[in-house]
Amino acid sequence: MCRNTTVWKMLLLLTSASLARTCFAQQPATHNDVVIKNAIVMTATHGNLKNGSVYIKDGKIAAVGASVDAPSSATVIDAGGKYLTPGIIDSHSHLALDDDVNEATSPVTPQMMMQDAFDYQDKAIYRALAGGVTTSLLLHGSANMIGGQAVVIKHKYGAGRDAMLFPNAPRSIKFASGENPKRVYGSRHELPSTRMGNFAVQRDALVQAQDYIRSWDEYNAKVKRGDKDATAPKHDLKLEALADVLRGKLLVQIHCYRADEFETEIAMAREFGYHIRAFHHALEAYKVPEKLAAENIGIATFADWWGYKQEAWDAIPWNAVMAMRKGVRVAIKSDSDDFARRLNQEAAKTMRYGGATEEEALKMITLNAAWIIGVDDKVGSIDVGKDADLVLWDGYPLSSAAVPGKVFIDGDVYFDRTLPGYGMPHYTEGQ
Amino acid sequence: MRDRHQSSVVSRKFANRALIISVVLYWGVVASAQHQAVVLKGGKLLTVSHGVVDNGALVMEAGKISALGPAASVRIPKNAKVIDAAGMTIYPGLIDSETALGLTEISAEESTNDRIELTDEIMPHMHVYDAFHAESELIPVTRLNGITNTIVAPDSTDTLPGQDSFVQLAGPSAAEMLLVRDIAMPLNFTGEQRRNESWEKRKFPQTRMGMASQLRQAFLDAQDYQQKLAEYEQKKADAARDKKPEPSAPKRDLKLEALLPYLQGKKPVVLAAQGPSDLETAVRLAQEFKLKFVLNHISHSRAVLDYVASLKVPVIVGPIYETPKEYERFDAVYSLPAELYKRGVKLAFASFDAHNSRNLPYQAGFATGFGLPPDEALKAITLNAAEIWGVADQLGSLDVGKSANVVVATGDPLDVKTDVKRVFIAGEEIPMTSRQTRLRDEYSTK
Repeated sequence: MCRNTTVWKMLLLLTSASLARTCFAQQPATHNDVVIKNAIVMTATHGNLKNGSVYIKDGKIAAVGASVDAPSSATVIDAGGKYLTPGIIDSHSHLALDDDVNEATSPVTPQMMMQDAFDYQDKAIYRALAGGVTTSLLLHGSANMIGGQAVVIKHKYGAGRDAMLFPNAPRSIKFASGENPKRVYGSRHELPSTRMGNFAVQRDALVQAQDYIRSWDEYNAKVKRGDKDATAPKHDLKLEALADVLRGKLLVQIHCYRADEFETEIAMAREFGYHIRAFHHALEAYKVPEKLAAENIGIATFADWWGYKQEAWDAIPWNAVMAMRKGVRVAIKSDSDDFARRLNQEAAKTMRYGGATEEEALKMITLNAAWIIGVDDKVGSIDVGKDADLVLWDGYPLSSAAVPGKVFIDGDVYFDRTLPGYGMPHYTEGQ
Repeated sequence: MRDRHQSSVVSRKFANRALIISVVLYWGVVASAQHQAVVLKGGKLLTVSHGVVDNGALVMEAGKISALGPAASVRIPKNAKVIDAAGMTIYPGLIDSETALGLTEISAEESTNDRIELTDEIMPHMHVYDAFHAESELIPVTRLNGITNTIVAPDSTDTLPGQDSFVQLAGPSAAEMLLVRDIAMPLNFTGEQRRNESWEKRKFPQTRMGMASQLRQAFLDAQDYQQKLAEYEQKKADAARDKKPEPSAPKRDLKLEALLPYLQGKKPVVLAAQGPSDLETAVRLAQEFKLKFVLNHISHSRAVLDYVASLKVPVIVGPIYETPKEYERFDAVYSLPAELYKRGVKLAFASFDAHNSRNLPYQAGFATGFGLPPDEALKAITLNAAEIWGVADQLGSLDVGKSANVVVATGDPLDVKTDVKRVFIAGEEIPMTSRQTRLRDEYSTK
């Protein structure tokens, strides 16, 4: 662990010298060699292992089982029969953006990059970490029909900006529908002020993207034919981003509450030939679960939040499980710096409302959330080859009273409740 | 065990008089409709007041708990309806010490909100009972989770926003549900009450100095008003004695009149503050006018908890999910209930919410993760709350003679996974349905 601290300190220095982007495009390998033994290992994919062990090597899960082969030099942590889960994954967050969540000056802003607002020193990152969160999808807000592009972070608080960006995570873009865009622009007497306006704005933007693709295709074809007089179309960041939506290069994450709007969004995605990764909030998924399942669209929803606005009036706490039982991939997300700190409790509510099994509930804040972000091959379960993002809990994790004791990211401890002060091994005040 | 009994802040005399009027009315109605005794047999009784009874039985008659104890020793009345509660956990109805239930329906839809009069900061003559919407869809949703009673308070953006009511979450209509119509008065001093949205829109009070001076003036005016009323009463008595014409009464001032019970220490002021400086300013003000008070929130006052304990007043804590300040540890708010408990402070939890009041027990459960003993956590949403609000003779524990507000659930009342199976309010079993269960059922069969 000491060696790692030095590595991180070096990294921080480099970051402050603003060399980080070029230096660490490839992240330095994390060197650790740790066995967590005598834990109840909740794998999220293949049940629980009582008295289980996990061997962590160089940031990855190298072995899981009743016993694991590890060199005698490995550091051994005796879990004392406590629960070990995958790190929690929050598939809808706006933390660490210093209120730069909405560029609410136009209903179509796909060229906004949330990474440009990411405040890696925000303590909200650490507070979520203290609740067991290891990965979050930081999304643009819902003021715009087409918002900006998300950034995926690991909660390696104190490790520096670039070390916190999830390596090679797919790009996601935020769309929104319903009350928020129409309220934001309608209150200024601008388009959109109705759901008709909302979808007209979205459709219009996608048509422009089609034209943009066509003009570039025509230009490239001319160049290929050797046409010396061909003039390149203007590079347009906004349309370039939308073109990437149509090219299937972005995971489309849509803020959407009402059942009728799911159907409209699905129809529009078909019309323009892109796929919707997930509906977010999706409080009425229980009304049309088969339609979402048929399209392989996931949902990132609340456990029981409701009634805060008209389109949340039909929300019911059975939503998650009713949708899941019809084949929808369901994640429970925070959408709040507060809920992010206790997603385990929120997931546990699905066991009560509708009777999710323990593993189903756990998946909603791990593997299913990872799928929505598109990183389920790297994180979200305790399986060999995945990143060693783990939480060792004081108490049964799917309960009111559980609290993370230790949180590991890439095999390294980033939160430890037994340490004095902030329990942040990588953080010193004033850095 | 240190002495945890602090005097109930609501004067029994006052509270009971108000309570008796409405409660007798309601319980009378219920009792006449309900002849049959109901027995919960075989469950684990969490009495809160006198420990746990495994394999117990509890008898409800005429709206009250008439007997409880080990199943073998409780006499089952003839013709009683016996409900098998084996494997269940039975506990008193939970009390949420501050909600906006009945004052809001859809938060963002202003037409459904009656939460606060923002035209002035000093509005003690606003009464929750004038707005309380008994048919709110939120009420069945809340009581389905075992919350049977609540303080309903106006929103906190005025320093003196009005007077709280103590509500029972079932009953024939608002009149019966409002168990105590004016039970307490919030005094908010958190900075949130300043009128300083922007420099252009500034108006008095723009600062805490403004808030404090305005409050002081209001209580001074009320003292003068009280004096005037006393002088008038004296003159009237003199006139009667001397057989002279009755003097003319002073002009009634509803605002000042509303402050009198608090100036006289007859009812508690609920003093809301967050950080130490606001807390101490508010307490100085309350002490200056000899107000009886309980503390509310104090979420960011960890640095002065010994001072808080020295005040010997109860604290309404929460929401436990309040985000810590930049300078605070991640668990500064989470562990506040445990730290107050260690110092002998009587605690109650509040959701400070409406839609999410049903999650009140989980706040208490979360506090146990940070050191609050589980039985104390349960007390803080039952008996402590009843004592603080002066209704412990009727509510807050499973005891003979108390109102039969009883919850039957699958396990630990503080855990999220626990399913509430039955709820009795004043001995009447409420239907386990709400707008939400109806939507669930409608779409489950599709």
